[in-house]
Amino acid sequence: MIVPPSWFMALGAVLFAIGVAGVVLRRNVIVMLMSIELMLNAVNLTFIAVSRALGSVDGQVIVLFVITLAAAEAAIGLAIIIASFRNRETVNADEMNLMRW
Amino acid sequence: MPLGLFIFLAALAVLSALGVILQRNPVHCLMALVLTLLDIAVLFIGLGAVTVGFLQAIVYVGAIMILFLFVIWLLNLRVEQRPSGHPALKLFGAIGAAALFAELCTFVIKAPSTAGLSTVPAGFGSIASIAQALFTNYLIAFEVTSLLLLVAVIGAVALARRPANIAGKQSRSL
Amino acid sequence: MTASFPALGLILLLPALGVLFNLFLGRRCGRAAVNFVGPAVIFGAFAVGCWAFATLLTMPRGAALAVTLWPWIEAGSFHVDFALRMDALSAVMTLIVSGVGAFIHLYSVGYMAHDEDYARFFTYMNLFMFSMLVLVLADNLLMMFVGWEGVGLCSYLLISFWYSNAEFAYNGRKAFVVNRIGDAGFILGILTLVYALGSHGVWTLTFTGMQAHREILGTTWGPLGCSVATVAGLLLFLGATGKSAQIPLYVWLPDAMVGPTPVSALIHAATMVTAGVYMVARLHFLFIMSPPTMNLIATIAALTAFFAATIALVQPDIKRVLAYSTISQIGYMFMGVGVGAFASGIFHVMTHAFFKALLFLCAGSVMHALDGEQDMNRMGGLWRKLPITYATMLIAALAISALPGFSGYFSKDLILESVYDSGHVGLWLLGVITAGLTSFYIFRLIFMTFHGTSHVDPQRAAHIHESPPVMTIPLLVLALFATFGGWINVPGHFLWGDAFVRFLAPVTGNFKPVMEASPTMLSMLAVAATVIGIAFAWLLYIRQPQLPGRMAETATGLYRTLLRKYYIDELYNTLVSRPLFWIAGPALARGVDQQGIDGLVDGSAMTVENSGEAVRRVETGNVQHYVLVYLFGAVAIAAYYLYLVMR
Repeated sequence: MIVPPSWFMALGAVLFAIGVAGVVLRRNVIVMLMSIELMLNAVNLTFIAVSRALGSVDGQVIVLFVITLAAAEAAIGLAIIIASFRNRETVNADEMNLMRW
Repeated sequence: MPLGLFIFLAALAVLSALGVILQRNPVHCLMALVLTLLDIAVLFIGLGAVTVGFLQAIVYVGAIMILFLFVIWLLNLRVEQRPSGHPALKLFGAIGAAALFAELCTFVIKAPSTAGLSTVPAGFGSIASIAQALFTNYLIAFEVTSLLLLVAVIGAVALARRPANIAGKQSRSL
Repeated sequence: MTASFPALGLILLLPALGVLFNLFLGRRCGRAAVNFVGPAVIFGAFAVGCWAFATLLTMPRGAALAVTLWPWIEAGSFHVDFALRMDALSAVMTLIVSGVGAFIHLYSVGYMAHDEDYARFFTYMNLFMFSMLVLVLADNLLMMFVGWEGVGLCSYLLISFWYSNAEFAYNGRKAFVVNRIGDAGFILGILTLVYALGSHGVWTLTFTGMQAHREILGTTWGPLGCSVATVAGLLLFLGATGKSAQIPLYVWLPDAMVGPTPVSALIHAATMVTAGVYMVARLHFLFIMSPPTMNLIATIAALTAFFAATIALVQPDIKRVLAYSTISQIGYMFMGVGVGAFASGIFHVMTHAFFKALLFLCAGSVMHALDGEQDMNRMGGLWRKLPITYATMLIAALAISALPGFSGYFSKDLILESVYDSGHVGLWLLGVITAGLTSFYIFRLIFMTFHGTSHVDPQRAAHIHESPPVMTIPLLVLALFATFGGWINVPGHFLWGDAFVRFLAPVTGNFKPVMEASPTMLSMLAVAATVIGIAFAWLLYIRQPQLPGRMAETATGLYRTLLRKYYIDELYNTLVSRPLFWIAGPALARGVDQQGIDGLVDGSAMTVENSGEAVRRVETGNVQHYVLVYLFGAVAIAAYYLYLVMR
C-alpha cells in the first residue's frame, strides 16, 4: 500500500509536539536548543510531504533554506550560551532570570 | 514507500524524539537527536527528495550535531540533577503540547486528501531539478542566505571569543 | 433749562490733583506742603461750588448747570457719559460736602500732626472727596454708582488707616463687606432699570432721561406682579441701607469708629452715610410710583432711629454714642423721604452735617487733649480746661436735641410734621419718643464728659490742653452753622418761610400732606419730649450720679442687652458668617478640593501605579514561562483557524 502524504504530515505533527514539550519542560538550555532543532525537522518533513503531494520541487528548495538557517541559528545560539556560561557558570534556564521584575 | 517500512521508521522517529526530551545526560539527548535526524533523512529519500535527504544527513547531522557536541564538551556539562522544575510549569507545558498536537492532527485529517500521490515528473528531487529551481526562481533568496551565513559566522566568532583582558586571572578551560 | 458750565469739572479736578500730589509727591515735599495742598484743593472745590451756586441762583427756578466730561459707554443704543449736572439738589449737596469737608481737612492738619503717615491720610481724604463729589454731581445712575463704590473704598482705606492693628483692619474689612452686600442690591436695581427701560426701547440712565420716561417704571415686571418701580426701588434701597447704615446693614458703622476721628466726622457723619438719602431724593420720581417701597422705607427708618437711640443710651465709648446717634439721625432723614417729603430729608442732611461733624470734631478734640482716651467713664469735669471745645460741643448738643432756634429744630420738626401729615401717626410717635431719647443720650455725653467729678487718669490730667487754632477754628465755624444754619427754612408764615423747600421743589417735587394738624401743637409735643430727655439726663448724671449704676444693677438683663447692641453682631455671625466659613472651609476646601479633586488626580495616579505593580509580576525573567505563554497563544490562534475550517 502506498503511504499517503498525510500520514507523513501526521508524523511531522507528532514530532513537532514532542519538540514543543521539550522546549517547555527541560531546563538545560542546550537540550532546549536541540528540541528546537527537532521542531524544525518536523516542519521539514511536512514540507517534503507536501512537495511530494503537489508534485512541485519548491517544497524541497524551502527545506534547503530551512536547513541552512537552522545551521546559522544553532551557531549563534551556541555562541551566546558559551558567552553566558562564562559569566554565570550555569546552563540552567531557571537561573538565567536577570530580566525579572 | 511500503507501509511496513514507514511504520518502522515512524515508530523509531517518535521513540528517539521522546528520548531527546526525556534523557538526563545531554550527550544521550544528542545521540537520540542524531538518530531522529537520520531517520527523517531516510523518510525524505522515501518521499522522493533524494538530494535534500542526503543534504540533511551531511549538513544537519554531520555538522550541526557535531557543533552541539563540541559545545557540550567545552562547557563540561555534567549529568543534570534531579529536575526540580515547577510542577505547574510541567502540567501546563504538557497540556499545551498535547493541545497543539491535537490541533495539528485535526488539521491533517481535515485537510483535503490528495488521493494519494500525484504523478511526479521524471527527475523529481534530483540535484538538477533542485538546482534549476534554486538558481532561477529562488536566486535572490539564495544570495541573501549566503549573506546570512556570513553574518552568522562573524557573529558566532564575536560572541564566543575569549574576553580581551583577563590579566592575572587563572585561565580556564574555555 | 440747562446751561453749560464747564467749570463744574474743576470741582472734581481739584481734589483729583490733590490725590495725585499727595500720593506721588507728598512724602518728598514734606509735611508742610501736604498740610497745605490737602485742605486747599477742597477749599478750592468749595469756592468753585459757590460760584456755580451763585450762577444757578440767577437762573430761573428748576434750571441746571451741566457739562459732559467725556463719553464713557457706547454699546449700540445704550449710551452713558461722564457728565456732571448741578441743579438745586446737587448744588446743596455739593456745598455741604465740600464746605464741611474743607473744614474737616483743616482740622485734620492739627489732629494728625503727630502721625507719620500724613501723606497717605490726605491722599485718601482727597480721594474720598473726589468720589463723593462724583456721586453728588453725576447726571446718570451709573456714574453715581462709580462714586458710590469710590466712597466705599475710601471708607475702607480710612477706617483701617492704622492697619498694623489687626482689629482696626478687621473693622475696615467688615465695613467693606457689609457695604458690598448693599451694593449687590444697588447693582441689581440698576440692571432692573436698564432692562425695564430697554425693553421699551429707552436706553438711558440719566436722571432727566429716566424721569421723562417714568411711565415705563409703572409697568408690571416679573412674576410677582410688582411694578418696575417697586422692584428697582427695593433693590436700590437695599444698597442705601448698606451705605447709610440702616437696618439690616448698619453693623459696620459703630465698628468704623476705630478710624481717625476726622474720618468719622467726614465720612461716617456728614457725607458718605447721607449718600443713600441723596440717592432716594434724586430718584424721587421712581419711589413716588411705588407706595409699598416708600412705606417700607419710612417704617425701617423709624425703627432704626428708635433702635439705635436705645443702644446709644448706655454706651461708654464717646465715639460709639455718636455712631449710634448717626444711625438714628439718618433714620430721621429716611423717614422724611419715605413719606414723600424729600426736601425735608435733604434739609436734615444739611443740618445734621453741621452738628454731627461738629460733635465728632469736638470728641476728637477731647480725645486729643486726653491722649486718646475714649471711655467717658474716665472723663469728667473738663469744661474749665477745654472751654472752646465745651462751648461748641454744647451748641451741637442743643442742635441735635432740636431745641427751638437751633438748626436741628427746624429740620427735625419739618420731618416729624411731614410724617404726621402723611398719615403715619405711629411712625410720628416713634419719632417723638426717639427725640426724647436723643436729647437724653447726647446730654448724658455732655455731662459725663465735661461736668461732674473728674475720673481722668492723673497722668493724663496733667497734660490737658485746649486744641490748637487749626482745630478750633473749624469747630467755631461749624458751631456757627449749627446754630444759624436752620434759619433758611423757617416754617410757612414767618419771614421767608420754606425757602429751602421751595428752592428744591422743582427738583424733588412737592409734598402733599394727607392730614393737616396744627403744626404748633406737634412742635410743642416734640419739644416737650426733648426737654424731658434733657431733664432726665441732668437728673441722672448731675444730681444723682449713683442712679445710673443702681438702675443698671436692677435691670441687668435689659442693661446688658442694650450695652451689647442687642447681640446683633453675634446673631449675624452665627447666621451668616459661620455658615459661609463652613462652606468655604470643611465643605469646599477640604471636601471638594482636597478629597474630591485631589483625590481624583492622586487616585488615578495611584491606580496606575498599583496596577503597574501588580502587572509587572508577569515578567519572571524565565524564558520557559515566556515560551509557555507563546505556546498558548499559538494554540489559541490555531483553534480559531480550526473553528473556521470546521464550519
